[in-house]
Amino acid sequence: MSHPQLQESTGIPIKTKNKSTTPWVSFYKKLAKNKAALAGAIVVLIFTILAILAPLIAPYDPTAMDMSKRLAPPSADHWFGNDDKGRDILSRILYGSRISLTVGILSTILGAVVGVILGIVSGYYGKWVDSLIMRICDVLLAFPGILLALAIVSILGPSTTNVIIAVAFFAVPTFARIVRGSTLSVKKLEYVDAIRAVGASDFRIIFKHILPNITSPIIVQSTLYIASAIITASALSFLGLGTQPPTPEWGTMLAQGRSFMAQAPHISLFPGLIILVVVVGFNLFGDGLRDALDPKTKR
Amino acid sequence: MTISNQENILEVRNLCTSFFTDEGEVKAVDGVDFSIEKGKTIGIVGESGSGKSITSLSIMRLVQEPAGKVVDGEIVFKGENLLTKTKKEMRDIRGNKISMIFQEPMTSLNPTLTCGEQIAESLRIHQKLNRKEARVKAIEMLKLVGIPSPEKRVKQYPFELSGGMRQRVMIAIALACNPELLIADEPTTALDVTIQAQILELIKKLQEELGTSLMIITHDLGVVAEMCDRVAVMYCGKVVEYADVKTIFTDPKHPYTIGLLNSVPRHDLKVEGELSVIKGSVPSPFELPSGCRFVTRCPHAREICHRELPALETKEDGNQVRCWIHTDQWEKQAEAVSTHE
Repeated sequence: MSHPQLQESTGIPIKTKNKSTTPWVSFYKKLAKNKAALAGAIVVLIFTILAILAPLIAPYDPTAMDMSKRLAPPSADHWFGNDDKGRDILSRILYGSRISLTVGILSTILGAVVGVILGIVSGYYGKWVDSLIMRICDVLLAFPGILLALAIVSILGPSTTNVIIAVAFFAVPTFARIVRGSTLSVKKLEYVDAIRAVGASDFRIIFKHILPNITSPIIVQSTLYIASAIITASALSFLGLGTQPPTPEWGTMLAQGRSFMAQAPHISLFPGLIILVVVVGFNLFGDGLRDALDPKTKR
Repeated sequence: MTISNQENILEVRNLCTSFFTDEGEVKAVDGVDFSIEKGKTIGIVGESGSGKSITSLSIMRLVQEPAGKVVDGEIVFKGENLLTKTKKEMRDIRGNKISMIFQEPMTSLNPTLTCGEQIAESLRIHQKLNRKEARVKAIEMLKLVGIPSPEKRVKQYPFELSGGMRQRVMIAIALACNPELLIADEPTTALDVTIQAQILELIKKLQEELGTSLMIITHDLGVVAEMCDRVAVMYCGKVVEYADVKTIFTDPKHPYTIGLLNSVPRHDLKVEGELSVIKGSVPSPFELPSGCRFVTRCPHAREICHRELPALETKEDGNQVRCWIHTDQWEKQAEAVSTHE
């Protein structure tokens, strides 16, 4: 019995991997395996934390002007430099992240909720309801997103709230389409018939039995849509139709730096870079989610 | 054709269900009659596409509209015609008075809800139980269908259970509200042979305990022999033979029934050579023969079979068969055509 291997094989039961992993654990494992997705997730996480903690970690007041530091390049005191009114760009970016992320997330949630309801109703009931909703979506999708958003903001007037509404409006047909397709495929599954045979109402079937089974495409689409919502919101602000100065917003900051591109490129460079990083982060994360939630890529 | 009977829990009369496709109307169920006595079991037997599943879906009023539609007939459940019921009234009947077990236990359960929640569902809908009461009853039901450690299973998701277990859960769901009629659509087709026997035994045991009437849809004659009191053999949307189970096995009348029985391997009879088969295949629903539907595959077919569809004739013993052989016409034919069979 001195042989350690023998001892192991006779005495102690061999440690086996816990096979009955919960869906969450296997989901996380798959996501972690995808390095790009992990990087995206980290970027998203970091910016979320920065946005929440902005008032605590921002070194300066984002709206405090200091004309002596006008157009000053990055330095030890001001890492990202100062803008044309001498405001600290780093602080403005940190505060701006609150607006950009809020706009991105809120407009996506708003658009997703409306789009999911329309899509699920469309897919579940079919017939003329489906035709009506889908034709409206087709019309909306025929417009370039930014143009539609521009039109809405011009009607409602420029403000952060209206940007959220405009961007959400454009999200509706995208979500409606995806959800309709998923509803159509889930509706045909036998368990929906089985639940109908139990006497469940349409409302119960839709929200308790179909919706939970189509959450993965909705989550994936939401993550990807946040990225484009941030871009659209920034673009609207860049055009002067979004968040109004002096409130710091990435798009507005880009626009303000435009006139000083030759003398002080850092004013536009940093907000532009941040937009890039955040958008790529959300996209990578979204792609990773899609792979991780796709049952076909399991194991 | 069926005489109205107080004891009958369900009477299906002249049921016609059609599907409307681009190529035309498909009469999936075409004038089907049968009835189920209280506490008894009826078997609906037939090949794929014979309309047996559509019959059951028609009874539940679950045929997918607008593609499919019950176009004619009556489905009388406890004296009331189900076809005239509103959607709301039908919902109150489904899962409560009439329940259904589906063929495929792997896909008939919602993957995102625990087994307990799914059993609780019908209890919450029909008996308005709260979450806690429904859960207690769900555990009770799991115990009833013979699932070990039900307190643990009630919290598990369908993917954590085996096929046999899932079918037991399906049975628990179907029987939760103690229905008066249980429709089992090929309840054992997707299961292992050993599990099949267990599930059938379970259904039979529960039927006796709860006094449920049972309608079994199957293509397995073994299941019929074990479970049923009466059998309706379907072919191309029509009942070709309707008889008590003993007669079906000892004295089958319709050539199709005879063919089906001959194609089942028997261990008690030593038959030399190969197992017999019914030649040919089910005709396309768009090109049904104008006479008897079985004429293309029938070894005894005569001229009249090609020309005219035989009626479902009732014999002295109350059994019914749809075949010219068992009519006076057949003899006349034999005399007219001086050929031997």
